[in-house]
Amino acid sequence: MAEYWYIAEGFENRVQEYLADNGDSEVDMMFTVPEKDFNTAGKGSSEVKNLLKRLGVDSEVLRRIAVASYEAEINVAAHSHGGVMHSAVYDDHIHIRFEDEGPGIADIEQAMIPGFSTADELARELGFGAGLGLPNIKKNSDAMHIVSEKGSSTLVEFIIFFS
Amino acid sequence: MSKLSEYIAQIEGKNHTPAIDPESIDINGAYVSDMLSDVMGSAKPGQAWITIMKHLNVIAVASMTGIPAIIFAKGNTPDEAVCDKALEEGICLISSNLDTFRLSGILYRVLHP
Repeated sequence: MAEYWYIAEGFENRVQEYLADNGDSEVDMMFTVPEKDFNTAGKGSSEVKNLLKRLGVDSEVLRRIAVASYEAEINVAAHSHGGVMHSAVYDDHIHIRFEDEGPGIADIEQAMIPGFSTADELARELGFGAGLGLPNIKKNSDAMHIVSEKGSSTLVEFIIFFS
Repeated sequence: MSKLSEYIAQIEGKNHTPAIDPESIDINGAYVSDMLSDVMGSAKPGQAWITIMKHLNVIAVASMTGIPAIIFAKGNTPDEAVCDKALEEGICLISSNLDTFRLSGILYRVLHP
């Protein structure tokens, strides 16, 4: 499987510490994201956003989490046979994982290039398919990780710290 | 910063979410695009969004991005389900017969008199 890692400058230690011992999350939520269902996609992000808002997370951090999460949900709906979103809220960060049922990303580096898109006609008609989904997730995350290959499932996960 | 209500008057806009008072919304700029990821990547909170897209995902994009008002150009009007969702999210929906160029120009003049 091909793998892609991005860790924002200055966050290397915090991310490594978390990955070494991620402890127990405070709230876990799971959502399914069906294939080509652009109305269900977004429900998970919306619920996570509402929860974090109630928890008092800073509005700019909240916006980054909401955008990254919504882009990832749309990606699952647009490009896969469906998948699940799993969100884990810790006291100082959130970790959201998206695992789908394939068909996988042939070239992750290429998929990360802004403007590169394999979206179909339906997604494009809705105004998706600008080739900015994965770049937007990266732009808003403190850490991002992708595991995929052609013919296989895809894992996209990101971590965003609250402060 | 300018009141949305002032802008609506100048574009002869129609409010499709009358339960939301445009008098209570301040606009600090706008982003003009019909590509949803472009909006999520570049629009700033507090900006109006000028577009011709009017389906349900537009409301989600505005909500995630922190956009308080969407201006539909060229007479595009959102359907009831979209208006209901916008109300739920507290996003004001305005339509105008003007095109995006004119809508942008007028807002620019309102913000930078």
